[in-house]
Formats: sequence, structure tokens, C-alpha cells
Amino acid sequence: MSTEITVTVNGTEHTASVEPRLLLAHFLRDVLNLTGTHVGCDTSQCGACTVHLNGEAVKSCTVFAVQANGSEVTTVEGLADGESYSHVQQGFWDEHGLQCGFCTPGMIMTAEALLKQNPNPSEEEIRAGIAGNYCRCTGYQNIVNAIGAAAKAGK
Amino acid sequence: MVTSNFDYFAPTSVDEATSLLSRYRGEAKVLAGGHSLIPMMKLRLAEPGVLVDIGQIEGLSYINESSDGVAIGSMTTYREMANSSVIQSNYPLLADASAKVADLQVRNRGTIGGSLAHSDPAGDIPAVILAIGGNVVARTRRSTREINIDRFQVDLLTTSLRDNEIITEIKLPALASGTGTAYSKFHQPASHYAITGVAAVITVSGGTCTDARIAVTGAGDKATRARRTERILKGKELTPAVIRRAASRAAAELEDSLNEDIHASAEYRAHLTQVHAGYAIDQAVAAAG
Ligand SMILES: Cc1cc2nc3c(=O)[nH]c(=O)nc-3n(C[C@H](O)[C@H](O)[C@H](O)COP(=O)(O)OP(=O)(O)OC[C@H]3O[C@@H](n4cnc5c(N)ncnc54)[C@H](O)[C@@H]3O)c2cc1C
Ligand code: FES
Ligand code: FES
Repeated sequence: MSTEITVTVNGTEHTASVEPRLLLAHFLRDVLNLTGTHVGCDTSQCGACTVHLNGEAVKSCTVFAVQANGSEVTTVEGLADGESYSHVQQGFWDEHGLQCGFCTPGMIMTAEALLKQNPNPSEEEIRAGIAGNYCRCTGYQNIVNAIGAAAKAGK
Repeated sequence: MVTSNFDYFAPTSVDEATSLLSRYRGEAKVLAGGHSLIPMMKLRLAEPGVLVDIGQIEGLSYINESSDGVAIGSMTTYREMANSSVIQSNYPLLADASAKVADLQVRNRGTIGGSLAHSDPAGDIPAVILAIGGNVVARTRRSTREINIDRFQVDLLTTSLRDNEIITEIKLPALASGTGTAYSKFHQPASHYAITGVAAVITVSGGTCTDARIAVTGAGDKATRARRTERILKGKELTPAVIRRAASRAAAELEDSLNEDIHASAEYRAHLTQVHAGYAIDQAVAAAG
């Protein structure tokens, strides 16, 4: 049984017929070719697959695409406005908040959500905010700096 | 990882959802936040033939305060509970425990109804609701019943909910004045699941404990009342010695069912349970003022 869904991704409406078991992460990557959203652990732990579903950060490997029917999704591809990066993206650039970059899209999407809830987080709040995102390269320090810089830039 | 195939329904009313559960009884599972069910389906530990997604039903996500207490819609998320001023002021331990579940993303999806129905042995909310007391409202196509939380958690991942029932609401009683609450957990650092968690709801009058409900999660096969601890506290003046003695019995009910896994041995869990019972009781008594 296939189900027809309509999902607005980064402002563009997409209608597709999908198997109910298709995960949102794979809908984005394999159906819409938006490969910025990464799949790391595939077991709901690492946060590499984080996107915004109706404005809230979720792990898209733990949401079926059919659950997003009628919803708005934002992926990392939807953040920049042309050449102009979001404060969080710019923060990662300026503070060198990445090494291999695998965790970065998820980190950025979680950081965007965190700063929306709490525009002025302490370092401790930033660390708690990204508890659901694993980075195997950086040791987190520059990621925390990047999010702090984005918070400052957003003021 | 790919789950096995299933037929998917997204009903827009509870009536429609309960009708689907009756029609596909035995095959169908309710899908709420999906943050226990989908991981289990990906590992093929669960292979339901039909999913009834209750996420599209309007009006299952609310926190309503009345003179009797607070009613929480089953699809209310951890984030909504953690941020709710009604929950923060009436049941501080529920707001605190909700804020300590997993991480930001999981808290945006996981629901109170799902966490109770799933009854994970390391889940936070089952112990907190057990300590507060109250009823789980369950509906079928034809009837509605209220299940006392003391009779809800039956066994490992098992509740007294029937497979044609949907939890629609959790009803919590108003707490007596002079009641303090606390939740103290020792969490697994990656998932934040409780290795042990102790929820305490304690009523104090003139330095004496007039009522106490203490519940433990993480240590045993399900959230469990620590009744021996409660009995030691009740009617006593809350001196440090009484609190210490009460906390030392917090794992007594769990002796036959202590978990043992890569994170902690049974002995260590029992010890942590006593330590966190002490913390939770101290904090609840302090909060009772
Ligand atoms: C990485 C990760 C970390 C986590 N860490 C924690 C933690 O620290 N503490 C913690 O407590 N939990 C933790 N969880 C579990 C999380 O809290 C789940 O969200 C919760 O256990 C289930 O709620 P849900 O709404 O997602 O339910 P679902 O996964 O949708 O459903 C779970 C079960 O309950 C049934 N069900 C759901 N809703 C209803 C209903 N209204 N009526 C009848 N049956 C229903 C379903 O059929 C299914 O069997 C974690 C999960 C993940 C993925
Ligand atoms: S891929 Fe989704 S949490 Fe790791
Ligand atoms: S930069 Fe490599 S995983 Fe984070």
C-alpha cells in the first residue's frame, strides 16, 4: 500500500506517493535529493538527521514520511538566503565548528532550534541543547563557540 | 534500517482511531510520538501490520487545570510539559523530569501517553505519574474507562491497557497543601534513560510526614512504588535519621527484578536507588517548606 503525501520542504510543496515505512530522512535524501540531511547512526541517537518539522527540531530517521503529511519541513539547504548564511551557519564558518562535516547539518539545525527557544544561552545551556547530536571529530569546543557566536550575532 | 511493511492510517478523530483498532485488533498498533515504537520497528523487535497514527487527531494535546487537579492530553509532548507553567507550579517534578528526558529533539516528539503505554523499564514519566497518583483514561470504540495508575504498569513493557484501547488523557489529582515533590535520576550519559530514577511526592505538616508516595524507575522491570520507604516516612517526624532509614529501603520491593546490563550491575543499581531516594526525599521535604 502506497500513501500519497504532500510536504512543504524549504518553502516548496512536494507531492509524492510513498511506502508508509519510508523514513522522512530517506524521503528528503532519496526522493527529493536533498542530501544535506545525513543519516549517521540510524538508531535515533546521533542527531545527524535533524530537520525542523513545523518549526521543531526532530530526528528525521525516527519519523515516517507519512507522519509529515501536510507539514512544513526545513532542512539545512533551506537556511541560507542566497549567498547570505544564517547566523548559525556563519558561526560555524567563522569559528571553524567542524572537521569532517558529517555532523554539521544536524548540529546546525539543532542549534537553530535551540536559539529560537533560548536566544541567549549560557555555555552550559548550549552543551545541554546539543546533547542529542554527536560529533566524532571536534571535541565540541568549536561547535559550542560557533553557537555562542551565532547567538551574539542574532542580538 | 527499514521496518517491515505495514498499512498506515491517519484518523482525524478518536472515534475513527478506536474503530480502526477494533477492526484490526491484534495486528494494529497506535503510533504516537514514535520514539519508542519506530526504533523497535527498525530493529524488527516490533512488526505491526497496521499503524494507527494518532498524531493527526486534533485536541489530544492539552494541559487543563481545574479545582480537582490537572488533565493532560495523551499527545502532549515532553517539551510542552517542561514548558507549561501549570505543570511547573502544580507538579514541579513532572516539569523537571520532562526536561531531563533524552534530548531536545526527542522531547519534541515523545508524548506522555506513549511513555506510559510503552512502560519502558527506564522511562522517567511512569515513575513520576506513579508518585503523583491519578488515572489513565482509556477509550475503545464503545466505552471509556479510567485505570488507576497503581494498576496500570503490570510488567516489563506491559500495561493493563487492552489492544483496542487508546489513552486519551492522564488525570492528576490536586496535591494537598504542604506537599513537596522531586525527581532525582542517575542517567545513562548517551541516551539519558534512567539507570535509576526516584520520584517523591511528600506531604509535611508541622515537620511530620502525613503522606508519601515514592516511585522508582530504571532499577527494576517497571516503575514501582517503594512502599516500605513510604511506610517508614508516614506519620514520622522527618529527621535526617528517618529519611536515611527510609531511603535505605527504596530498592527493597525490587529485589527479585533488579536490572543488570552493560551500564550497571544489579547491586550497583540497588545502591544508586537508595542514594537517589535520599536525594529525592530531601528535595521534596525541602520543597514542602
Ligand atoms: C534516543 C532516545 C533517548 C530516549 N531517552 C529517554 C529518556 O531519557 N527517558 C525516557 O523516559 N524516555 C526516553 N526515550 C523514550 C521516549 O521517551 C519515547 O518517546 C517514549 O518512551 C514513547 O513515547 P512516544 O509518544 O514516542 O510513543 P510511541 O513510540 O509512538 O509508542 C510507544 C508505545 O506506546 C503505544 N502508544 C503510544 N501512545 C498511545 C496511546 N495514546 N494509547 C495507547 N497506546 C499508545 C504504542 O502503540 C507503542 O506500543 C528515548 C527515546 C530515544 C529515541
Ligand atoms: S541518524 Fe537519526 S539520530 Fe542518528
Ligand atoms: S565534524 Fe566530523 S563528526 Fe562532527
